[in-house]
Amino acid sequence: MYKLTDFDKELLNILQGNIPLVSRPFAYMAEKLGCGENEVIEEINLLKREGYVRRIGSFFNSDKLGYRGTLVALKVKRELMEETALFVNKYPGITHNYEREGEYNLWFTLLTPDDEVRQKIMDEITSLPGVEKYMDLSARRKYKINVQFMLK
Amino acid sequence: MLSEVDKKIVRAMQGDFPIVAEPYKKIAEEVGITEEELLARLEQFRQDGTIRKFGAVLKHREVGFAANVLCVWVVPEERMDEVAANMCSHMAVTHCYDRNTTPDWPYNFYTMIHGSSRENCEEIAAQLAEENNLSQRTMLYTGKEWKKTSMRYFCE
Repeated sequence: MYKLTDFDKELLNILQGNIPLVSRPFAYMAEKLGCGENEVIEEINLLKREGYVRRIGSFFNSDKLGYRGTLVALKVKRELMEETALFVNKYPGITHNYEREGEYNLWFTLLTPDDEVRQKIMDEITSLPGVEKYMDLSARRKYKINVQFMLK
Repeated sequence: MLSEVDKKIVRAMQGDFPIVAEPYKKIAEEVGITEEELLARLEQFRQDGTIRKFGAVLKHREVGFAANVLCVWVVPEERMDEVAANMCSHMAVTHCYDRNTTPDWPYNFYTMIHGSSRENCEEIAAQLAEENNLSQRTMLYTGKEWKKTSMRYFCE
């Protein structure tokens, strides 16, 4: 695997902050890094190709867009895990769906634009034969939602 | 309320940001507005919190955080803000949520902890427990990741 240089680390640290809202944001970043605009663009594309970056883009506050989110935990029968997980996967509002250790063994996040859609999805999932019980764990307060890793 | 143009901006901005010299020009063309209009609207979105982050999210395993765990805690309601402030200040903690409980689930505070290994995650959790004087927690390690994507709004 490609090994990160000091320059890459500095670039990734800057990139994890806010991309400037100016016509040529990479030229702006290049100036801070003391290199050329092309160098920045080429290096970012390299880091994306090499698999260091999950996504570069905007992350919206779902509440502000009128969406409501929740975290749902299911207790799924072991032998029906795969078909249950694949059924859950098909909803676009479900962005994360993980198996976890413990009694509740399948956990997913759900974002929906209105309560009717949300209820329909919850009804469809919780009536699956593999689902023994479930918990709807909606957030009361979000204190922190920022994945940022400063590289040294 | 979001206008139809706003929704178009959200749709155009929620994918991969173009890594080219003039990315906003490209997006503005897609939306059908000028680059200046787009930049002004994005500035507003950033200021009012509609855009909570605009930048790169790294693949944590590739940058040295090989392990992570969803650690859930029982935090007394009256200490919630104080505990949250402490936990949020740790670099290893990336998400902090206060959530509903159920009769068989007393955990009301959720943290994502990132570490170099499972042992390291355990150490960090033990440290957080000590700093915040919390006795009840459960570590929900991830098994298979069946799905991990970014949300696409206004595409239903």
